[in-house]
Amino acid sequence: MIDPSFIGFRLPVHTQLVEAGRLRFFARAIGETNPVYLEEDAARAAGWRSLPVPPTFLFCLDMERDNPYDYMDTLGIELGKVLHGEQHFDYYQVACAGDRLTFDSRITDIYQKKAGAMEFVVRETAVYRDTGRQEPDRLADLRSIIIIRHR
Amino acid sequence: MRPDVDTTSIKVGDEIPPLSTPPISRLTLALYAGASGDHNPIHVDLDFARYHGMDDVFAHGMLASAYLGRMLTNWLPQDALVSFGMRFVAISHVHDELSCSGRITERFEEAGEQRARLELSVVNQHGETKVVGDAVVRLDP
Repeated sequence: MIDPSFIGFRLPVHTQLVEAGRLRFFARAIGETNPVYLEEDAARAAGWRSLPVPPTFLFCLDMERDNPYDYMDTLGIELGKVLHGEQHFDYYQVACAGDRLTFDSRITDIYQKKAGAMEFVVRETAVYRDTGRQEPDRLADLRSIIIIRHR
Repeated sequence: MRPDVDTTSIKVGDEIPPLSTPPISRLTLALYAGASGDHNPIHVDLDFARYHGMDDVFAHGMLASAYLGRMLTNWLPQDALVSFGMRFVAISHVHDELSCSGRITERFEEAGEQRARLELSVVNQHGETKVVGDAVVRLDP
């Protein structure tokens, strides 16, 4: 059983540079055909600073930290037993290629169902965009629920 | 960004333009693993998947989410998106052909903006629901 005292555990904060080539790779991998997500010129013509970061890619950028499964290791969770249960995004701004984004995550809940056959871990992540000013902009909030299946 | 669609006439019950996607192949999963940065072997390594009690590798939940995201941003510019959530109700398998749909469930005013709430779903070619979701969009960005 996962130790519930990990509720409140803060993961190492990390900062990622949004790379245009990586956004194009992601766009191709998900079958994107909208030129705004593939071509710099189309993105700018649509009013964006550069290629926009598509809605779910913030989750991927958060996985660019040294070990994306770090909190599972810390909590003693075996990766092969993990399923993604839920994912939620609140957006305040759209990030674009060239932005530097900082991810600050905490474990906010740990619970179980079916007499412990399934355990759940909730992680909440605040994402900030470096603006060059002292205070970064709050860009988005992410909430992720993973399910650990025991058989 | 100005939407190409007339958002003023949107009403509860309206369907947004759906999105269908080609069957998921092992290549789809390999490319998604690389592009997303989610290298969990359960999605690409059959030996690992079998060791952990699965019959085969299976799709990342976030692949289906990305398809939902494509449907939303094909409809409205991305800065219209206020929130976007999804629950993975069943595993998407290799050869599944996923279709996304969305329907307006509410129109309301918040933060001085006209907004709409949508319910979203992803089903496979057999009509099995894989993902249910919701989104809030602003209609007058």
